Order: sequence, then structure tokens, then C-alpha cells
Amino acid sequence: MIYALCLMLIAVGLYGVVVKKNVVKIVISLAIMEYGINLLLILVGYRAGGHAPIMEPGASPAEFAAGAVDPLPQALVLTSIVIGLGVLAMMVAICIRLYERYGTFDITEMRRLRG
Amino acid sequence: MDNLTPMFVVIPLAAGFVIPMVSRRLRAASDVFGVLVMSALAVMAAAGARRGGVYAVGDWVSPQGIPLGIEMRLDGLAALLLIAVNAIGLAAVVFSVDYMRRYTSKLRYYSLFMFMVAGMNGVVLSGDFFNLFVFMEIAAIASYALVGFGCGHEELEASFKYLVLGSVASAFILIGVAIVYNMTGTLNMAHVATRLAGQPLGRPMVLALALFLCGFGLKAALVPFHAWLPDAHPSAPAPVSAMLSGVVIKALGIYVMARLLFNVFGAGAAALAVLRGMGALSMVAGVMLAIGQWDMKRLFAYHSISQIGYVALALGLGTPLGIAGGLFHMLNHSIFKSLLFLTAGAVEYATGTRDLKRLGGLRARMPVTAGTSFVASMSIAGIPPFNGFWSKLIIVLACVQAGRHGLALAAVAVSLLTLASFLKVQRYAFFEAAKGGTEHVREAPPLMALAMVLLALLCAGTSLLALTGIASPALIDRAAQALQAGVFGLP
Repeated sequence: MIYALCLMLIAVGLYGVVVKKNVVKIVISLAIMEYGINLLLILVGYRAGGHAPIMEPGASPAEFAAGAVDPLPQALVLTSIVIGLGVLAMMVAICIRLYERYGTFDITEMRRLRG
Repeated sequence: MDNLTPMFVVIPLAAGFVIPMVSRRLRAASDVFGVLVMSALAVMAAAGARRGGVYAVGDWVSPQGIPLGIEMRLDGLAALLLIAVNAIGLAAVVFSVDYMRRYTSKLRYYSLFMFMVAGMNGVVLSGDFFNLFVFMEIAAIASYALVGFGCGHEELEASFKYLVLGSVASAFILIGVAIVYNMTGTLNMAHVATRLAGQPLGRPMVLALALFLCGFGLKAALVPFHAWLPDAHPSAPAPVSAMLSGVVIKALGIYVMARLLFNVFGAGAAALAVLRGMGALSMVAGVMLAIGQWDMKRLFAYHSISQIGYVALALGLGTPLGIAGGLFHMLNHSIFKSLLFLTAGAVEYATGTRDLKRLGGLRARMPVTAGTSFVASMSIAGIPPFNGFWSKLIIVLACVQAGRHGLALAAVAVSLLTLASFLKVQRYAFFEAAKGGTEHVREAPPLMALAMVLLALLCAGTSLLALTGIASPALIDRAAQALQAGVFGLP
């Protein structure tokens, strides 16, 4: 069920990227898509009723492994969020420059490259 | 273990940060530093051509053969790509010393360039899915910035297009990574391969494979996903176009596809057929679109699609000869296509335009550029004795050997069309009488000429690789073996 919601979020993002004409809206759609994927990654490591993957001193590794949530996807998501930040900053910077040049956010009016 | 392996990532990454710091006062320092770093990397790559091994980052031991830490994996295929990336990188940096004077911030340019090289070296070396993704993003973000480096109308538009499509591709790849992790519980390529070995792929893995094919197909600009390339590659400064068309689409696209298909998922007939189909389509469509272009760099960019199609087609055959031909063509294409973009850059530098209709008579004015451009054009068109001829010959032979005569015929026909469109370039830019206004045109500065001559020599030199036998050109044989060895075993 939650997986389906994640995929819906990704699909909404993809829809926005494909359909929207406004540059800023495209950027936002890409961000939505990314959040959907991050959620999906977190879900992969989720375990109902699991506890935080912090090993107390003295705890047995087997017991810990049986009860803890998988920490790896969380690490992946952290990295992917940072990458997402970089890409987003880059996109917004280009949007600002585009607005300076063309005086519009409408992608259909930026048509110098054809063929 | 081979301690040089991580240096391919560490050196350019560090250089990316150090260059702006040390050369703020001294203008020339960034040039010297950039060239030094890239020469060091190129020498290291050449020295590493025969080495191999797995390097565990941070010396994490693997209990019971379960890989915990991050791995870097240097094998024949990775070594081949490293040589291509760093050799082309060296030529591009040497070219940039004079060429990039026209742009405002050379320091930032070198910085981004180094990040791009670091990212590509990382992609080629990384032994697990997530690091591959991270390095790919490093290279991709740097290349988005480099495409938009000029900050003009076209550059920004191209950069935005590239950025949006590139991000969608990355998103697909990340979903694929999530599925792989969910189904196998590991991200290490060798480990995933052993978990998947010996049983048919389940539906989720097929979805993951399809996502990877779409994602990396977009990065490689294979035909249904090629829309960004003819805008992005010509808009970048010439040395960057050379890098993008020469190595980025290969290191981030074709290389990863080949690695995943052959070494991780175990090449299934259906996946190979998809790769073959996309390759054949790109091959034909690319050349059709190229032949009508009048912008020199745009014409070259469409040919990149077409030539990448050759590589994908040959790899998609899945036969040993096909794999050897595909990899050989990949190496050759990286050399002659970057040379073509550098000559286009030199022409633009000297005349201020790259419109073929307004150029002419450059043969007398720019003999070095004209000569090297001629070598590259003949290489890409597949005229012996240059390298392009040998790899195309192998690909055509591989098609015939695999019983796919239609594809062989298409490959030959596309080669003829390629020849036609490069004769057009040669005629309009170099051979035809000058149309006036070219009196002030002079040969490119010595360093730019040096970079072009270097690549032209490589064009002729790599054809010698075929001396060791058509079926297994030297240098390529080890890379082909790496792909033919089937799925990874655990080290």
C-alpha cells in the first residue's frame, strides 16, 4: 500500500516534468520525484516494530540484527538527499539565468535550439 | 592490493578543490596545475593497463565472504575506459589552456573539469551500485555546469534540457538501485551477481534492468532518449564537447550498460535484443539527422549518436567478436570524436563561426587544423588505414558471423552516409575557396595545435592495435575478456 503511494508520488513528479511548461514547476516536479524515490528507499529498509540501528554496548550482534531496522538504505537516502540538493541548486541557478536572458519562465518560448 | 586504484578518483577530486585555492593569485598556475594533474592521471592509466584487482576502501574486511565495505574494481574493461577518459582529458586540458581565455572564469572551469574526470573515473572503478550512482551524479552535475558555462541563451537552454533529462535518468537509476537492494539485500555488484546467478530473473529484477537500460540509455543518448545530446554537446566550450562526446556518454552510459548486462545480470537474450535494437536505431537515425546539419559541432554531435549506436549494436550481438569490435570502436570513437570537436573549436576560435555555409578556404590558412580534421574525418568514416576502419570492419564481420546480414548491411550503409557528411564538412570548411572575410584568420595557438596533433597521432596509432589479429586487438582483448567472463564471482 505504502509502496503504491511512493510510486504515485514518483509518477506525479514524472507527469509534472513531462507536462508542465513553467521552468520552475518542472524543477519542483523533479524534486517531488526525488522525494518519492527517497521514501521508496527508506521503505526498503523498514521493518515493522523495528528499533533504531544503534548498537548498545554489550548487546549481542544476533539479537541486534534481528530487531533493528536496516541502516544501509538510510545512509543511501542521506547521500541521495545531498546529491538532490546539489542538482536542485544547479537547476535553480540555471532558472535564474534563463529568466535574466529570456525574461520568461515559459519553456515554450525558449526555442533557439531546433533541428 | 593495488594502492594506485583509488588515486584515479582522489587526485582529480582533490585537484578540483586545490586549483581554485592555489591559483587565485597566479593566473598561469591553474593551467600548469591542470595539465600536470591530467598528465599524471594519463600516465597512471597507461601504466595500469595490465594490472587488475579489487581495492577495499578503508580496508574493511569481508567476514564469511560477505562484502561490507566499498569496493573498487580494476579489470580489463575498467582499465580500457580509464585510458580513454584520462588520455582524452589530457588532450582537452592542453587545448583549454589557450581556448578557455575567452571565457571569464578559468579557475572554475578547471575545477569543474576535474570533478567531471573524478566522477567518470569513479564510475568506471566502482564495484557497487550506489557508489556508481554517486560518482555518476558528480560527473553529471559537473557536466551540466560545463554545458552552461558560456551563460548565453543557447548554452543555458541546452544545459537546462540536459539537466532535466539527466535528472530523470538518474531518478530511474536510483529506483533500479532500490529494487536491486530490496530483492538481493546487497549492493555489491559481485555479490548481486552471485545471488542472481543460476536462476531466471524475477519480475522485479526485470523491472530494475529495464529502468537501468532506460536510465543509462538516456545518459548514453541512444535513440529514443537522444533529444538532449545535439543541443548540449555543441553548446559547451569545445574541450568540454570533446569530453562529453568523447568519453562522458561512454563512461556513464555504454560502459555501465555493458557492465550490468554482461557481468551482473548475466546477458539475457531479450536484454541483448533491446540493446541491439536501440543501437541499430541510433546508428541509422543519428546519421540521417546529421547529414542535413550546417552547424559543424551540431553535425558532429549527431554523429556521436550514430557512432554510439555502432557500439551498442556490436555489444548487443553478444558474440566475442561483437564485444571486441564494440569496445574497440568505443575507444576509437572517443579519440576521433574528441579530435573533431577540438578542430571545430579551433575553427571557431580562429573565424568566430562554425556555420559551414560561411566558412571556406581554411586549408591554406590553418594547415594543422585542416590536416588533423581530415585525419579524424577519415577515421570516423572508416577509411583505412585509420582506426575507425578496423573497428567498423570487426563490427560488420561480427554481424555477418552472427547471421544478421541486415544489420551488417545497415552498418555499411551508415558508414557510407557518414563518409558523405564528412566530405561535406571537409569541402565547405577547408577545401572550397574562401568566401571572403577570412584574411585575418590564422592557425590556432601552438598548445591547441599540439592537442590536436596528439589526438591525430592516436587516431593512426590505435589502428596498430588491430595488428595482433582482427578478433582480439591488443588492449581490447583484456576488456573483452572481462565482459565475456560472465557474471562476477566473489573475490
